[in-house]
Amino acid sequence: MAKLDSKIPEGPIENKWSNYKSKQNLVNPANKRKLDIIVVGTGLAGASAAASLAEMGFKVKAFCYQDSPRRAHSIAAQGGINAAKNYPNDGDSVYRLFYDTVKGGDYRSREANVYRLAEVSNNIIDQCVAQGVPFAREYGGMLDNRSFGGALVSRTFYARGQTGQQLLLGAYQAQSRQTKLGNIEMYPREEVMNVVIIDEKARGVIVRDAITGKTKRYSAHAVVLATGGYGNVFFLSTMAMGSNVSAAWQAYKKGASFGNPSFVQIHPTCIPVHGEFQSKLTLMSESLRNDGRIWVPLHKEDAIRIQKGEIKPADIAEEGRDYYLERRYPAFGNLVPRDVASRAAKERCDAGFGVGTTGLAVFLDFKDAIERLGKDTIEAKYGNLFQMYEKISDENPYQTPMMIYPAIHYAMGGLWVDYELQTTIPGLFAIGEANFSDHGANRLGASALMQGLADGYFVLPYTIQNYLADEINTPRFPTDGEEFDKAEAETKEILGKLMAIQGKRSVDTFHKLLGKIMWENVGMARNKENLEKAILEIQKLRKEFWSDLFIPGKPEDLNPELQKATRVADFFELGELMARDALNREESCGGHFREEFQTKEGEALRNDKDFAYVAAWDFKGVDKAPVMTKEALKFEAIELKQRNYK
Amino acid sequence: MDLKLKIWRQKSASARGQFVNYEITDISPDSSFLEMLDVLNETLIKSGEEPVVYDHDCREGICGTCGVYVNGRPHGPDDLITACQLHMRKFNDGDTIVIEPWRARAFPVIKDLTVDRSAFDKLIQESGYVSVNTGNAPDANSTPIKKEKADLAMDAAACIGCGACVAACKNASAMLFVSAKVSHLALLPQGKIEAKNRASKMVAMMDALGFGNCTNTGACEAECPKGIKLTNISRLNREYYISALS
Repeated sequence: MAKLDSKIPEGPIENKWSNYKSKQNLVNPANKRKLDIIVVGTGLAGASAAASLAEMGFKVKAFCYQDSPRRAHSIAAQGGINAAKNYPNDGDSVYRLFYDTVKGGDYRSREANVYRLAEVSNNIIDQCVAQGVPFAREYGGMLDNRSFGGALVSRTFYARGQTGQQLLLGAYQAQSRQTKLGNIEMYPREEVMNVVIIDEKARGVIVRDAITGKTKRYSAHAVVLATGGYGNVFFLSTMAMGSNVSAAWQAYKKGASFGNPSFVQIHPTCIPVHGEFQSKLTLMSESLRNDGRIWVPLHKEDAIRIQKGEIKPADIAEEGRDYYLERRYPAFGNLVPRDVASRAAKERCDAGFGVGTTGLAVFLDFKDAIERLGKDTIEAKYGNLFQMYEKISDENPYQTPMMIYPAIHYAMGGLWVDYELQTTIPGLFAIGEANFSDHGANRLGASALMQGLADGYFVLPYTIQNYLADEINTPRFPTDGEEFDKAEAETKEILGKLMAIQGKRSVDTFHKLLGKIMWENVGMARNKENLEKAILEIQKLRKEFWSDLFIPGKPEDLNPELQKATRVADFFELGELMARDALNREESCGGHFREEFQTKEGEALRNDKDFAYVAAWDFKGVDKAPVMTKEALKFEAIELKQRNYK
Repeated sequence: MDLKLKIWRQKSASARGQFVNYEITDISPDSSFLEMLDVLNETLIKSGEEPVVYDHDCREGICGTCGVYVNGRPHGPDDLITACQLHMRKFNDGDTIVIEPWRARAFPVIKDLTVDRSAFDKLIQESGYVSVNTGNAPDANSTPIKKEKADLAMDAAACIGCGACVAACKNASAMLFVSAKVSHLALLPQGKIEAKNRASKMVAMMDALGFGNCTNTGACEAECPKGIKLTNISRLNREYYISALS
């Protein structure tokens, strides 16, 4: 059983990071040149880490499954990035950002990590502006801010509705500069299939070249996984089609603990599901909740008539509308955190007040904002989102309210890491969404971009040196050792097995069925009975997958079906672990809502006495139950309280 | 909807390609164009055939991965969208739809509708950045930037690198792509310092990579899913001449 040492530095919370930095080991410039680092994934975390490490002098090998590093799914983040700049003079501070993030995460994150995140948040904004990120500005030339859920201040910096794109391009450009200088070797369309461990340390990876289909080996002194989240286990999500858990999952199977796998975020404002053929869900940025008001009909008869298309939303008078978030949470109103907003939408729809043809949607209405601010202002703020909505739904949101419904969006859970962002395998680091650490049981809006870039620009480049300082005498090593042979053979065996099944059903058929089990039982509302049922159903479906899957074509070729199959094979195992984790956690917190544990008002009922811990799971075999170790969460700077957004 | 499809199939970069006809039935007008291709691929897989290989990822019009000619137009018959944002309601029952990969010397076909656009990465590697190391930044508000300039920079920075501009151009020129990056950075004080050098290096690399010349037809602007304007090309030309003269 892995022993979990979180390595939280000594001292009061506001001094921990500076204490760490002043005492940690560093690597001198001459030695940096002799050390190789593999970075898997080129999203905000991966690209910023690769660029920063290369600038410092390390030799980096970067991998992505996409055709270009610029396409990683961070690019789709819309709304913004938080920082404690306090430019609006509205009372923000590092402590307040830290406090809001811990509270928003429903007290299931590690205090010291979150404080450090808030501490470096301001550096990120400075860095991005210096790179030429065109953040929104006011007429005086200063940076503009807006509000996001779970905060009473405006601390979100943004670039229209394309903040993720602009931040990623900043990091991608920094990475491109280092690629040109020869400090980064970039390998696009190469998907990491296995992690190579030598003498208990991560020393390399096995990849599959998507074009040739051949497996390849790469070695390094340390491996960094920046592979993003695993929302695609639900099939329908706001993730990119290729987003996957495979590299992180192989690390788990090699001994890395997996933290809080059941903590996934369900985003309240996505375009609702409309058909069986649907391949993905599209997010409508949380920033829309600054100006949009969420409502459903107050009377069930009206809801039914709307569902049947007999009346339009405009036909319902003001007194016939239920602005349920404003009603239930007057202090935060439409800007309650995502988990709260999602559950409130589900509650109204389950009670029969939903709209849209399926009854699984609520209105997000801009009428008041357009009247107050004018159409031009709304267009300047949200134009691209409105356009995106209209293209998908064929309805004009300037004239009629948007229809939205919650969808899977983000994974708070991920590989367990200590304060140094190192997993339980020495030399294997996990950054960004791929790790579990900073968001607890629920992430606040505009904090994913903050965390990805904090890890990549300002945390990992320090902490990885504390590990590499002991590696300066390890020469570059070849990839023909027995550990590489073994790891490549394992990967080839899996690829061979998948191709050899030659059954009848396609990968997507299985993936959709898995997604349905996950959404119905391990989604927005969970209970013991359904979770136990889900585990059995997943196991059964996994067996069918391994006996009835059909992949056309050849393995050594560009074969998207084989690529999908390797990912879905891992999703089956992950899905089961998520259900087990959700079953173990007999409390409700953040995005994890167990129906058995709620207050009379239907709010999440946490159990701090028994569950104020990180559940870190260790792999024991595909058909064996995993073993869970607890990392107790100690709250020294913040008092544990029931979350209240009223 | 029932549709006839003519799709370019090509086994590998070196193999000869050809159009193959398919028929597809019962497509929902609310499905996206790529979801229609998914349905076709499911049918092909069921009959033991290899599915049509095409690049796609985010399916919300921002990653820039997807991109094919649909009836001769990059990203198909709608404005300001990528192929993944094209919906079948733009077509009529019984239509024939012709689907081809980008055709440009600098974007060789890899398989079926998938092409190699790594030339775009090489262009960005050629000075398409501000040379600033991590940790080297002053306070973000220490340099005020006029809102109008920041907005123009954002307009240019909205490029998603899909390659539709190259595909639309009869010369397969990458002028709109390069000019968008040069403009984005030249408009901001942070990028202005290296602006001249950037323009000349990126233009030279564009030639070296086999992209054609710009003859100002404006096809690129017409097909750009993000509405990148030709004025960026004027700005690139200005930066280029300044660099050539100084």
